[in-house]
Amino acid sequence: MIPATFEYKRAQTVEEAIQWLGQYGDEAKVLAGGHSLIPSMKLRLSRPAVLIDIGRIEALRGIREEGDVLAIGANTTHAVIASSPLVEAHANVLSQSAGSIGDVQVRNVGTIGGSLAHADPAADYPAAILASEAVIVVQGPQGKREVRAEDFFVGMFTTALEEQEIIVEVRVPKGSNGVYLKFKQPASRFALVGVAAVKRGGGVNVGITGASDTPYRAKAVEQAYPQEGVEAAKYAAEGVEMLEDHFATAEYRAHLARVLTRRALEAL
Amino acid sequence: MGKYIGKSVYRVEDDRFVTGKGKYTDDIVLPGMVYVAFVRSPYAHARILSIDTSQARAAEGVVGVFTGEDECGQYGVPCGWQVNFKNGETMREPKQPLLAVGKVRFVGEPVAVVVAESMAQARDAAELVQVDYEELPAVVDPKAAMEPGAPLVHDEFPDNAAFDWCLGNDRAEVEAALANAHHVTELRYRQNRLAPNAIEPRSYIADYNAVEDKWTLYTATQNPHLIRLLLCAFTLGIPEHKVHVVSYDVGGGFGSKIFHYREEALVTWLSKQVGRPVKWTADRSEAFLMDCHGRDHVVHARMGFDAEGKIVAVLADEYCNMGAYLSTFAPAIPTYLHGTLFQGLYTTPLIHVNVIAPFTHTTPVDALRGAGRPEATYLLERLIETGAREMGMDPVEIRKKNFIPPFDGVETPGYQTQVALQYDSGNYEGALNKLLSIVDYEEFRAQQEAARKEGRYLGIGFSTYIEACGIAPSAVVGALGARAGLYEVGHVRVQPTGKVSVYTGSHSHGQGHETTFAQIVADMLGISIDDVEVVHGDTEKVAFGMGTYGSRSLAVGGSAIVKSVEKILEKGARIAAHKLECAVEDLEYSEGKWTVKGTDRSVSFGEVALTAYVPHVYPQGEEPGLDFSSFYDPVNFTYPFGAHAAIVEVDVETGKVQILRYVAVDDVGNVINPMIVDGQVHGGVVHGIGQALLEEVVYDSDGQLLTGSYMDYTMPRADDVPFIETDRTTTPCPHNPLGVKGVGEAGTIASPAAIVNAVVDALWPLGVRDIQMPLTPLRVWQAIQKASNGGSQV
Repeated sequence: MIPATFEYKRAQTVEEAIQWLGQYGDEAKVLAGGHSLIPSMKLRLSRPAVLIDIGRIEALRGIREEGDVLAIGANTTHAVIASSPLVEAHANVLSQSAGSIGDVQVRNVGTIGGSLAHADPAADYPAAILASEAVIVVQGPQGKREVRAEDFFVGMFTTALEEQEIIVEVRVPKGSNGVYLKFKQPASRFALVGVAAVKRGGGVNVGITGASDTPYRAKAVEQAYPQEGVEAAKYAAEGVEMLEDHFATAEYRAHLARVLTRRALEAL
Repeated sequence: MGKYIGKSVYRVEDDRFVTGKGKYTDDIVLPGMVYVAFVRSPYAHARILSIDTSQARAAEGVVGVFTGEDECGQYGVPCGWQVNFKNGETMREPKQPLLAVGKVRFVGEPVAVVVAESMAQARDAAELVQVDYEELPAVVDPKAAMEPGAPLVHDEFPDNAAFDWCLGNDRAEVEAALANAHHVTELRYRQNRLAPNAIEPRSYIADYNAVEDKWTLYTATQNPHLIRLLLCAFTLGIPEHKVHVVSYDVGGGFGSKIFHYREEALVTWLSKQVGRPVKWTADRSEAFLMDCHGRDHVVHARMGFDAEGKIVAVLADEYCNMGAYLSTFAPAIPTYLHGTLFQGLYTTPLIHVNVIAPFTHTTPVDALRGAGRPEATYLLERLIETGAREMGMDPVEIRKKNFIPPFDGVETPGYQTQVALQYDSGNYEGALNKLLSIVDYEEFRAQQEAARKEGRYLGIGFSTYIEACGIAPSAVVGALGARAGLYEVGHVRVQPTGKVSVYTGSHSHGQGHETTFAQIVADMLGISIDDVEVVHGDTEKVAFGMGTYGSRSLAVGGSAIVKSVEKILEKGARIAAHKLECAVEDLEYSEGKWTVKGTDRSVSFGEVALTAYVPHVYPQGEEPGLDFSSFYDPVNFTYPFGAHAAIVEVDVETGKVQILRYVAVDDVGNVINPMIVDGQVHGGVVHGIGQALLEEVVYDSDGQLLTGSYMDYTMPRADDVPFIETDRTTTPCPHNPLGVKGVGEAGTIASPAAIVNAVVDALWPLGVRDIQMPLTPLRVWQAIQKASNGGSQV
């Protein structure tokens, strides 16, 4: 449980972090809350030569109301998001997912930016981020750009982040109240399957995490919902390749995705 | 009896534990201490072609690098129990070397060891050791290991069996009884393999002192004296008086710290090699790989009934995994601690159990809380309830038809089983009746019926269990293959001021010995509990000991202390009689003083103690001092029993099981500290919930461990556990002075069967007849899908 030797650099600004990322390239990893990276370093599964700590950049912290959007700084912890009255009022699907991450100690230190950048396929946030149609603001040497949630998650532990880019903000549209239901992997308590549902217009947005190597919007459910109502849940796994491990076969995961989607739609 | 026994006295050790002042082996830092890191096999089975340590030797801070080619390769860790083949052939006993020589036989087996100035340097250098392997095919399943052509774990044996053993009545007779039975219930399942998961990982520090030519070994163990004996007499061949074993606080063991491990021997050997204190503490990954696992039986079990539901025969065929090598007590667990329990609480006239114990390319398997007895209880209790349901009988009624009638072992003799043991005392129906009154069984059946109409699936399951603990009479275990005695040592030293030090060969790893033993001594002597200290875990303070496991500390260790206190009271009475100028027979002892019967003339315990050490006015011929030691070897095991019930609800859509209620009625004989007994039951039940619903060590077919961290190995957490309701009946043990039986394993033994029975009860209307432990949501859902009337779909 002792990581390999590494150099530790604490960035004061996002620009400084980006510059170091350019300088160290592949050898560097960005450290935020450290609740995914540090355990994997302790097991020596991850062995970056340089850690660039952005965790103390205050500008990346906090939740602001900007018109129809909640702007959440990348360094905002899960605990802050879970207990924020602003998030509770306008995007409680995110409050629910933040509140179901890990335990109190993890939520007090882990950050939304870190979790999204790590892109664990069983993480809780992606379902809510997808269902709420949040936008991920990333910053690189050329400045900031916005990535839609649907474009952000590319694969297992893979995102649309370019080499020198850092997540700086998550912008969640107001009107994202809904339901996040999670069936926990018994050991890790990550999402074996997690389903977020948010009403939009006359329809519904459904985001699903844990089920496949990439979290996804259950488009077939969304399309069928206006006609079929909660019965549309039966399409929750349609066209998606499910993960398999000793806690869940692909068939069981697909089944859970359908059951949880139905329960989420019923609870909306 | 007095003011402490039977009372929930707060645990004296808890002050230091809850304030972070406990002293664990890893807390110890010695001047000049160096650290060890192991190079471990990444393969379950491979030939070691070459090991290149040159880069590691050159790395910063490295003091030494050693492999099986060094002297340590010639040593091996012994096995402490011999179980022979039923045809008389001797148990096959491979050498377990400290570092692998030639071949590796499970993932994690130590191949080389690096000693360095810091732990980080040791870890870094260990990565520089280059080992060239030729990977070989592996076998992990105990039944598969016995199939023709299975990869051999040890080339020197013709097949993978360590032994093939049986117990009970003649097999043909049992088979015939089954063939003629009115109904036969049959189950095939696997006793899921468990990892022990003590909260404190194993930790060892060896300090060789060249001036005295003597080692001090600090070790996190349940068993300090036996470790010293095995280490000196067998593993390293060093004089026993040259090793001082010290074990301070130990953070749990569940069996895993009974055993003598190679790391323990290796740090001892290394300390002399490098001339420095050497420390190794397992990290959690190493604990998963190296701490002996438990259970892992592949079972085929049958129980025959007559038309009234009386059991006519029980037959079990089991393949019980030994892992790659024979750990300290491994052969005893699926045999003499398992097959001997197949009588259960029932009058079954014919019983036969056959155990084949194969080697596999997995971590060695040995005792884990309950050790053989949870497996026996599970087998019987699943069979009897399944049989009841198959025959349309009530699971409570069928038990009552089969219970052995009450006996106390005094007025009515002990019960001789078909499988070697003689039960000491029991009132089995009494425990079940008490349980039923708490549960309100009939009310529950009505609720269950109503719930089913709403599409909710509730179930109740029972487990009426017996265990053999307080191990044990040395002559008996010796006849059964133990290579050690199993008595215990209790030494009581009264200081001149009347303060009392108690030295016990038991060694607490969380059980509260310092409280329970002090309660007994304080009451017997009529003094304050504050005037009694309990010392354990040090081979130079305690004369000898056989350690803590098998729920033996109170029944055997406590009894040894009682014997010594009795000797103190006898001698004290002689001194008191001299002081009071009367005959010993004229004295009575109570509340800490000897009084001449019928008078107010008395002398206190403190005065007698002082007189014993300042013997100015003293009985002629009496030795000074007040200090006695006893070796207590019981005449029999003790046999706690009880009745547990679980009430569950199953979400049939997801397969998730929730335990709504858990009720435990245990009979552990007399109780010294009810709070500690309740705590043991709570912990045991939680452990059993782990086995029933959550825990499983999983290897893939190549022998890679898939559950090597808490991301994949499920431990019970607070929200998995219901409020546990405990109650007791009391049937004293007739053969030890305290009348106690032991409680450390009861909850673990009883609970898996109760929980699985409850889930099957809930799902019986859906056609579910059995589910493989652990009952994960996946397995429950699959069982529902497979069942004939199908499950629910969206």
